[in-house]
Amino acid sequence: MISLDGLRKSYGPRTVLDGVSLALEPGRISALVGPNGSGKTTLIKCILGLARADAGRLLVDGVPVDEQGRYRARIGYAPQAPHFPGNLAVGEVFAMLRALRPGAPVDESLLDSFGLRAEWATPVGTLSGGWRQKVSLGAAWLFRPEALILDEPTAGLDPIAAGLFKHALRGFRAEGGTVLITSHILSELEELADDVAFLNEGKLRFAGPVGALLQQTGMRRLEPAIAALLRGLRVESGAVA
Amino acid sequence: MRRALVLLALLSFAAGESAAQDLRVGAGERFTTIGAAVAAARPGATIRVAAGTYREPTIDIRVPRLTLIGEGRPLLDAEGARELLTIRADDVTVRGFAFANTGVTHMQDRAALRVVEVARCVVDDNHFIAALFAIYLQRADGCLVRGNDIRGAGGGESSNGNGVHLWHSPNTRVERNRITGQRDGIYFEFSKGAVATDNVSEENARYGLHFMFSDSCRYERNTFVRNRAGVAVMYSKGIEMRDNAFLEAQGSAAYALLLKEITDGVLIGNRFVGSSTGLYLEGASRLQIADNEFRANGWAVRLMADALDNHFTGNQFVGNAFDVATNSRTVRSTFDANYWDGYRGYDLDRDGRGDVPFHPVRFFALVVEKHPEALLLLRSPVLLVLDAAERVFPVLTPSLADASPRMRPQP
Amino acid sequence: MNAVALVLRAGVRDLARNRWLLAYGIGLATVAELLFVFGGAGNQVVLSLLNATLLLVPLVALVFGTMHVYASREFIELLLAQPLPRPAVFTGLYLGLALPLAAAFLLGVGVPLALHGAASDVPVGALVALAFSGALLTATFAALAMAVALGTDDRLKGMSLSLGAWFLLTIGYDGGVLAIVSLFGDWPLDKAMLTLMLGNPVDVARVLVLTSLDAAALLGYTGALFRRALGGISGPALAVVALSLWCALPVFLARRRFLRRDF
Repeated sequence: MISLDGLRKSYGPRTVLDGVSLALEPGRISALVGPNGSGKTTLIKCILGLARADAGRLLVDGVPVDEQGRYRARIGYAPQAPHFPGNLAVGEVFAMLRALRPGAPVDESLLDSFGLRAEWATPVGTLSGGWRQKVSLGAAWLFRPEALILDEPTAGLDPIAAGLFKHALRGFRAEGGTVLITSHILSELEELADDVAFLNEGKLRFAGPVGALLQQTGMRRLEPAIAALLRGLRVESGAVA
Repeated sequence: MRRALVLLALLSFAAGESAAQDLRVGAGERFTTIGAAVAAARPGATIRVAAGTYREPTIDIRVPRLTLIGEGRPLLDAEGARELLTIRADDVTVRGFAFANTGVTHMQDRAALRVVEVARCVVDDNHFIAALFAIYLQRADGCLVRGNDIRGAGGGESSNGNGVHLWHSPNTRVERNRITGQRDGIYFEFSKGAVATDNVSEENARYGLHFMFSDSCRYERNTFVRNRAGVAVMYSKGIEMRDNAFLEAQGSAAYALLLKEITDGVLIGNRFVGSSTGLYLEGASRLQIADNEFRANGWAVRLMADALDNHFTGNQFVGNAFDVATNSRTVRSTFDANYWDGYRGYDLDRDGRGDVPFHPVRFFALVVEKHPEALLLLRSPVLLVLDAAERVFPVLTPSLADASPRMRPQP
Repeated sequence: MNAVALVLRAGVRDLARNRWLLAYGIGLATVAELLFVFGGAGNQVVLSLLNATLLLVPLVALVFGTMHVYASREFIELLLAQPLPRPAVFTGLYLGLALPLAAAFLLGVGVPLALHGAASDVPVGALVALAFSGALLTATFAALAMAVALGTDDRLKGMSLSLGAWFLLTIGYDGGVLAIVSLFGDWPLDKAMLTLMLGNPVDVARVLVLTSLDAAALLGYTGALFRRALGGISGPALAVVALSLWCALPVFLARRRFLRRDF
């Protein structure tokens, strides 16, 4: 559904993305992995238009995106460290987000299962990090988006909430949703991901099904496979199944 | 009126006239013009003029002790072409008339009422409307100008004349007149011992009071409001100025009171409010300046370097942008026991006087005195910083100081 | 409701409950109240309020605005991930900062005035000029704060730049002008002074309030300077235009940075 074509991005002399091409397909969860500073967050920001690529194209359903950012209506986004205006109540944040997309279908299942209704009148500024993450995830889910971009979505979530989230994410995939997810917990990604995109020093070293990566590296788990890539093992990007 | 009649009777008695001649002017009277009655009058005569408008050639009074009384305020209309009345004899009284419409000319100082070389004239309770000069005294002595209402045509400085004009007219008393719309409201030149009291001189094109070469004059309880250039008192000795109000003279060339080359005078109990400059002293020396109130002026006092040995005491300075400005670092006048609203000192011994001196001249005032454009920085926060710096390092400002400022304004 | 209004509403709701902003409004109201009660005659009240305004309004707008933009970084990112055009997000964010700040200023000065205004001899025209100037200074310095905070991600550096800008524009600039006048006063400086005054929004605001105080006896002087330098155009009209342009400049700068930068 979303594809990147030769994306290039530098901050001053530092090249952060160096010709990244990647396709995110419906009904699949793609894990974006890479060491710190490898360009994961920049890649996400380029997809969302928060950062502008110096070169390359961003296509949604094969069509280059426009400046108005209307394509973002189809994407739900949960940032790494969500913050909202501290004096707004949880309910006001959701009301504002809903007002921003009048007429969009609404899915409050995740925020309901997180129990956010009980915090409806609580100012966001007084919430703990985990609760802010719940607000953020609930907001990403709110409009039945076609794609979800989740940057460290389980950071700060308690195990129960994390379980609810994973369940919801699988349901989203089952309904044909497209997902791009990052996490520093590789076991969690292994559990969820269909595809892996490995980014290092701005270059995409591997993109393809988890199984293809394991096969090529000769490993049985994702973590040692990634470690092998980091040590410099060269692999062929696998065809998407 | 009754007092005037008594005075008249006494004058007549003194002149030894047993039967005063009483002439009447008006429609259906023996005289239909004032000029004809004046021509027929003997010394000491009384001429009563009925209400109405009189248009006739300039009336020339050459008979002494004549009394000219308007009944119902007859109007003398100059039709824009001439003077109306000239007094050339002693002890003449003119009362109760309206003089109007002399017209403007640049050929002469055309006056509605001119007094020439006489003594003891009385110009009382007349109205002057659109006169170039209203009352013009030349070489008169001991005249009384009282209770007249003078409204000039409001022309600018060059097409206008003075309200009450004294030239070589010593011992004149100018009392309770109301003057507006002239060039100078009251003008004294070479008129020693003249007195101006209780006049209101307002919105004149130049000075409310303009005063030159007239020693030993006194003016009290006058009010000067919004005169274009304020009041100027120049080149005179022994002037007494008490309890006057100098108000709202605004503009870059306006001084509520300009004192130039004035020596040995007193300036006591006057109010200076809302003017660009309250009191401006240039070449003024040995003046006693006491118990005046300076409020809400741009500059309360501007003291030029050539102002010497003046003593300021008991004055109040409240709400002025600058209390004292000077163009020199050395000031040769003294300040003592004044009230300054900008004073931040203390009074530990509770004697009502501050224990540390007050320096009323700020560094910024010095800059502005040299470079008026700097005034655009007025009230800039940088001046607060500068003021604080001056309190810590008083070297920036001139030595001038009030050694024992009052802690409270006098009631 | 359109995007601008929604973002604006969120900002206003957030800042309306902000403790610092409340403290600012109450602080101003206290100062104004004290001035009305103890400050003496009407002109003195306005002049004292003027000094408070010239120092406090830029300082609060800069410091508060800079902190607010840094604190809103993640929220801005969230907004930008929504299907909204960037210009609309900027406008909403800017107004959502400037309007609550201006409202705090206007209420802080306005409530004491409403309580005492009728009974006092405070000149209304000058107060209107003061309120207008204060509101526009707020808008100007809030925009400057945004431009600074959007220009650097280093918060310490951003705050230092803001404080530096405050010092430069409220005190340093006029100090420089005073030095220039003292040094070059022998040349005719009318026009140069006027230009210099127009070159700083704090000066424009100050001169506007001063010229609108009719009984400010120096009016004759400042007014004459304006007239001499401008011919027929009235000084206050020029000041109003200049203040508006001054407000537009940092707004433009902040907007350009917002549209161009990466979050």
